Amino acid sequence: MHVSRSLSVSLVVAAATLAACSKKPEVAPTPVPAPVDTSALRAQHVQDSLAAIAAAQKAAAEAQARRDSIAAAEAAARAEAQAQAAMRATLTEVIHFDFDKSMVRPDAQAILDAKLPILLANPNLSIRIAGHTDERGSAEYNQALGQRRAAAAKRYLTDHGVAASRIETVSYGEEQPVAMGHDESAWSQNRRDEFTITGGDTGTLNHPGM
Amino acid sequence: MSLRWIPAAVALCAAVVAPLRAQQDSVSRGVRVTLVYDPGLMPGVVVLPVPGPTGDSIQAIVQRDLGFGNRVRVIVIPDSMAEAIRGKSGAAGDAKPMAYGVFKALQAVAVVQATNTPHGLHVALYDVAHAKVNTVSEFPLPPDTLSRAWRLAVHRVSDEVERWVTGVQGIAATRVAYVRDHAIHIVDSDGADDITLPMVAGGLSPAWNPAANLIAYSTYGEDSRVVVYNLRTGESRAFGAQRNTNVSTPVFSNDGSRIMYTVAGENGSDLYSATVTGGSVIRVTAGGGTDNSQPSFSPDGLRIAFTSSRAGPPEIYIMDADGTNADMFTSYGFDSRNYRSNPDWSPDGLAIAYQAYVPDGSGVFQLFTMSLRDRVPRQLTSETRNEDPSWAPDGRHLVFTSGRTGTKELWVIDTQSGQMRQLTHGGATARLPAWSPRFVQ
Repeated sequence: MHVSRSLSVSLVVAAATLAACSKKPEVAPTPVPAPVDTSALRAQHVQDSLAAIAAAQKAAAEAQARRDSIAAAEAAARAEAQAQAAMRATLTEVIHFDFDKSMVRPDAQAILDAKLPILLANPNLSIRIAGHTDERGSAEYNQALGQRRAAAAKRYLTDHGVAASRIETVSYGEEQPVAMGHDESAWSQNRRDEFTITGGDTGTLNHPGM
Repeated sequence: MSLRWIPAAVALCAAVVAPLRAQQDSVSRGVRVTLVYDPGLMPGVVVLPVPGPTGDSIQAIVQRDLGFGNRVRVIVIPDSMAEAIRGKSGAAGDAKPMAYGVFKALQAVAVVQATNTPHGLHVALYDVAHAKVNTVSEFPLPPDTLSRAWRLAVHRVSDEVERWVTGVQGIAATRVAYVRDHAIHIVDSDGADDITLPMVAGGLSPAWNPAANLIAYSTYGEDSRVVVYNLRTGESRAFGAQRNTNVSTPVFSNDGSRIMYTVAGENGSDLYSATVTGGSVIRVTAGGGTDNSQPSFSPDGLRIAFTSSRAGPPEIYIMDADGTNADMFTSYGFDSRNYRSNPDWSPDGLAIAYQAYVPDGSGVFQLFTMSLRDRVPRQLTSETRNEDPSWAPDGRHLVFTSGRTGTKELWVIDTQSGQMRQLTHGGATARLPAWSPRFVQ
């Protein structure tokens, strides 16, 4: 039993060598000690070599498939990471306001509209909206104005189906400008709502419509 | 003997009388300080040198305080001349015969002579016209010379001297709370001894209680709330923090028992009132979604001035203390659009100071006062941006924020003469000042 297995293994190796080599092997004249049925052995030999070829081909195909699937998975992961980053960027995109106003402008509505499906697809997510003002009004009165701006964005989102309990509003008034200048280009950047994810963030956001 | 000194004295006086550093906005042109206050109309006062190691400081503080008061004209004479006038004795304690003739020639109506005693200062006021002692009083001074408390005690001397001379108590023994880098600071009325309160969060809008032992302020951003800091114990207590809410502009009621403040929620802002520990909260205004902020009590406590957007852009309104009968105060319209805010009711009850845009369309705040009787606005400033007015207890001076040095600093304006002086020199934005009441001893 043991002997026959080692024999068959050596035969397989021989067959593989045979298969790999196009030249016919020289067959040394061997003494025939006893009558042996070589036809059966030969048939086995052929079969084994075919199996070996098939196995090698299968292994190569599997390796390729593995490479392909890794590449595909990597591409998918990259795409997903990009999609996740894009969703986060959309969620936290700043909106801007007119001087002394808390009305949500059309350009700000478009930004809020983009946040909506992500918020609706991730019902456990909670966010904070921080209202800011420019430096022109009264610093004290701007505290209330910042709160109005945060509340205005929150109202827009809750009017479109986001639960109010998921959105916290705070005001920074004019106390935290992003642009330090004293002209309209700075002021227009500072009149804003900032959005921060504050809870329910597992690291992966659900895609809208899934 | 004293006659010999007169020509020299007058000549010296003309040369050395130091004009007090003052600045005026161009808005007051045509009503120059010299027309409103001819030096001859302001009583001249000489503060004699004070013997002892702290004497120079005492004399300098009193002279400066009297100058800042804008009610008397301080006549500065060299020490050598003062010694000569007094008869070269200089001994502490006893009053030497005054050279009244010389002081009369200097156009002084009063001479202040202070001498150190074991417990404080002995201060005599001489009436030059009648050539006699007018008043004598003892003032305690704390032993820790040149400390904050010691300086406050000297300021009290100045305030009494001003009362003796003019009939009106001065405001030297007061302080101004304000905001620098979101920390609450307190500075003496003469700009000395600036201290910073230990903060629990970034602060805005400090306010004094009538006893001047508590400072309330608001914090912004997350956990926005009212903080009450006890100046005696150093304790901070907070109240009013609520989700989705910004709390701002706390002020004490006139009896000091309650604090009125602004609560901005998700439907506009309204004024609320609570005890100083945040108990028994009462809603005062019902703005219906508009903003209602920056309350300031009338001195009788019966009415409140505040800023509201109920008719569009911010304007100043007056209502009864219970929130009823709100009426627009700043109803004059020289432009279609304005922004009037930060009302502060004067301690004499006669006027309200506020800030507004000037009609030149620059969108820059200037200080105004408006009397409650005629409701005619009076513009006080015109150079750069000026805002956050807060009345001194004399109802005559205002402390405010000005950008005229390139940085926001605190300035004081005498609303009668238009004279100004810079109060803070910190180099970083100073704003939102609140002038303290007089400190009771």
